Amino acid sequence: MNSKISNIQRLSNPTAHSLSVAGFFAVMILLIGSVYYATITVDYIWRWYKVPTYFMYKETVIIYADSNGEVKEIKPNGDKFDVIITDDQGDITYTVPKDSFDLDEGDFTSPGDLIAEYEGGWKPGMMTVGLWITLKISFISTILGIFIGILGGVARVSSTPVLKWTAITYVEIIRGSPLLVQIMIAYFVLGTTINKILMMNGLPSLDPEWYGIAALSVFTGAYVVEIVRAGIGAIHSGQVEAARSGGMTYFQCMYYIILPQALKTILPPLAGQFINLIKDSSLLGMISIRELTKATREGITTSLQAFELWIMCAILYLLMTFTLSMCIQYLERRTATK
Amino acid sequence: MIDVKNIYKTFFVPHEVKALVDVSNKIEAGEVVVVIGPSGSGKSTFLRCLNRLETAEHGQILVDGVDIFDPKTDINKVRAEMGMVFQSFNLFPHLSILGNVTITQKLVRKRSKRDREKKAMAILEKVGIADKAHAHPSNLSGGQQQRVAIARALAMDPKIMLFDEPTSALDPEMIGEVLDVMKTLAREGMTMVCVTHEMGFAKEVADRVIFMDEGKIVEEGTPVHFFENPDHDRTKLFLKQIL
Repeated sequence: MNSKISNIQRLSNPTAHSLSVAGFFAVMILLIGSVYYATITVDYIWRWYKVPTYFMYKETVIIYADSNGEVKEIKPNGDKFDVIITDDQGDITYTVPKDSFDLDEGDFTSPGDLIAEYEGGWKPGMMTVGLWITLKISFISTILGIFIGILGGVARVSSTPVLKWTAITYVEIIRGSPLLVQIMIAYFVLGTTINKILMMNGLPSLDPEWYGIAALSVFTGAYVVEIVRAGIGAIHSGQVEAARSGGMTYFQCMYYIILPQALKTILPPLAGQFINLIKDSSLLGMISIRELTKATREGITTSLQAFELWIMCAILYLLMTFTLSMCIQYLERRTATK
Repeated sequence: MIDVKNIYKTFFVPHEVKALVDVSNKIEAGEVVVVIGPSGSGKSTFLRCLNRLETAEHGQILVDGVDIFDPKTDINKVRAEMGMVFQSFNLFPHLSILGNVTITQKLVRKRSKRDREKKAMAILEKVGIADKAHAHPSNLSGGQQQRVAIARALAMDPKIMLFDEPTSALDPEMIGEVLDVMKTLAREGMTMVCVTHEMGFAKEVADRVIFMDEGKIVEEGTPVHFFENPDHDRTKLFLKQIL
């Protein structure tokens, strides 16, 4: 199948083929060149060296005294020192590296006095944390979205009105309204109510993250329903007849016969849907979830280097979507050989 | 075994067609019934009503005394006892041949893996394709696929087999191998209802031939009666056209 298509597409003349390849690179170089030209023309000072700290930075630990006290004892503890300060509350022990403090035994401390300042370990920057949250939310929403989509898709093609009409209503409402509104309703309306009920029963309230995940998976699920429906519709009706005439129930027929075949045709549109999901998760900043986009925006308020951080943000989204797209292409190839 | 009482069926899509008009018939255990007729005569619809792939608007079908159009009937139980073979094979392309022949045994008969594979291999041996057990349907010829489809139905130990034009989609040189399997089944005493255009098969193995036209049973009788001395002009015309 594949070889047939590429035979039609391949230019018969090898010179024409290599010229065409060269043409591709020419277009790419022209594109990158003009973007570069634009960046040097624009009135903006690029400070790329500021970017890495938003991914990974060395923490500076500064310890201040918070009461009137006296340094009772300084004793070595491994390669560090224990500084013990006594105040009216009792003893407080600070374990700090050598040379990070300028105190002697018997010194008095008052609130706000510097006790120690030293370099701590490596910490993930806010973009890294944002990336992780985006990944986590997208992953859970994808799984839930598939789940909702398959159930809804099977309901959508059934002839039972309660299943079919519920599925249609769900799809039409969710697909037809903006995701931003759905996220706000999920958090500010449903979220408030649910948290109130949880609190009345003495349970801890849920993080905004969970409402964000719920909104995203319900939104994606609606599209997956239609994808699954189309996939099921593409299976020849003879398959259902063969399965049912052997005595299988409707759900056995769906689960063992129809869905495994439909999966093959729904993989490519499903990939597109989940790429959209990753990008749509950027709207969750609305409900104070610090995913990648929100983290970028916060980063810009401190660094004032808007372009660098937005470009990094876009590259990270690209990396995620491209990896996903590769994974699904791999799955497609695997199911195609069967 | 199957008692068809005055069934009616009308299709409205794409336009109104009276597929079955007041059709009644009795099929006895061990009988081989061949249904013949021009295309659009309702013979396939008749067959598909027997296991409720189509529902009739009026009338009744009793299978071993069970009314299959009664909503309270567990149709899956009735269908488990009736094997069906289709014109377009309808093998499950995502399963191997062995998978095709074992899946209904697993899901409907709840047989153990060992039992169902033993059964499957025995039947594949019988239809002559045991060596292809691990191939996929797309790697088989039409005739082989149809024999697998017969094996899949037989693996359920059905009491009756329904054939819906089993050789119509086959290349001419493959028809023989499928008909041979069906003849063997007939000789072993399987109850069979067979919609087909294979007159040779009808002559050779049928106990009874039913001729349908425009949704009605025009003529029925033994093959000898049907092919050599039919009563109705419509039958004579049909036989003249095809022989």
